[in-house]
Amino acid sequence: MTPNSPERSWPLWEVFTQGRDGEPHQHAGSVHATDAEHALQNARDVYARRNEAVNLWVVPSAAITASTPEDMGPFFDPANDKAYRHPQFYKVPKGVKVF
Amino acid sequence: MSAPLFDALLRLGDDRLVLGHRTSEWCGHAPILEEDIALANIALDHIGQANLLLQYAGAVEGGGRDQDALAYFRDAIEYRNALICELPRGDFAVTIARHFFHGLYSVLQWEALSNSQDATIAGIAAKALKESRYHVRHAGEWVIRLGDGTDESHARAQAAVHLLWPYTGELFLQPVDESALVAAGLTADVSTLEGAWRATVDDVLHRATLTAPDGVWMQRGGRAGRHTEHLGHLLAEMQIVARSHPGAQW
Repeated sequence: MTPNSPERSWPLWEVFTQGRDGEPHQHAGSVHATDAEHALQNARDVYARRNEAVNLWVVPSAAITASTPEDMGPFFDPANDKAYRHPQFYKVPKGVKVF
Repeated sequence: MSAPLFDALLRLGDDRLVLGHRTSEWCGHAPILEEDIALANIALDHIGQANLLLQYAGAVEGGGRDQDALAYFRDAIEYRNALICELPRGDFAVTIARHFFHGLYSVLQWEALSNSQDATIAGIAAKALKESRYHVRHAGEWVIRLGDGTDESHARAQAAVHLLWPYTGELFLQPVDESALVAAGLTADVSTLEGAWRATVDDVLHRATLTAPDGVWMQRGGRAGRHTEHLGHLLAEMQIVARSHPGAQW
């Protein structure tokens, strides 16, 4: 086993940073750490040392369930021909300038 | 009062400059990438604090020396840092134990100095306090993990505590010539910080299953310019470029 082999390395944690109060947390990257507090500190040092964040989440990477490439068809394709799922048929009231 | 204030600022600034430079030696050598960045951040925090403190020291002295002149053109005998800051970086356990001991001392010092009647000192202390609190959190968590970790990490952490302990006493020696500054509320009496320091150290060492040595001889000398052989080597490396090319800009 080399020092960097997977069996010896610390668990991986996904890091989410919140740029400002009220903004959603966004995925920033990942760090290796022995536990949650350690992960928080490493995340702070790697992803928040230049004022990038006001809040941090760290989540064990193993706790994330991701869709697979095989899910591509059944999960996402059917949406393409179901135009009624998209809200572009609604008339935007006068005075609403956001869109 | 300017000479005692100058000396007091040198004691504050030199601690951070020397420890910051020592810590920067880890850049590219830390055990993992995340820790490499953490130690580089901590080193830069220290050098940033030193920059402010020595800049102010130069202004108080009024002799035209700026922070660069004080950092790069003083010899070891003119440095006023505590000996613990200049000891070789050692292994990771020594680095962590030193940051814990000195960081905790710094937190207590900045807390006291943030109430200084001198607005510049109070401002620097308020900024540095946030940084030092993080350094202690970082180092303290590591002390517990190393001490209460594997047999190897425990042995190294305990050896680091034994190595550094005799150098902790000097941190709390209050210089006589600072008494007027303390009385005027400009600086803090470091001897009053030892009780709080020791209580937190004992708590963390206990949680780390480590012990502090009892009744050891405490080293001193750094505050009077009597340094270990290690400071000269550190300064030679730190000062060589500035001394070879005085006034160079880049």
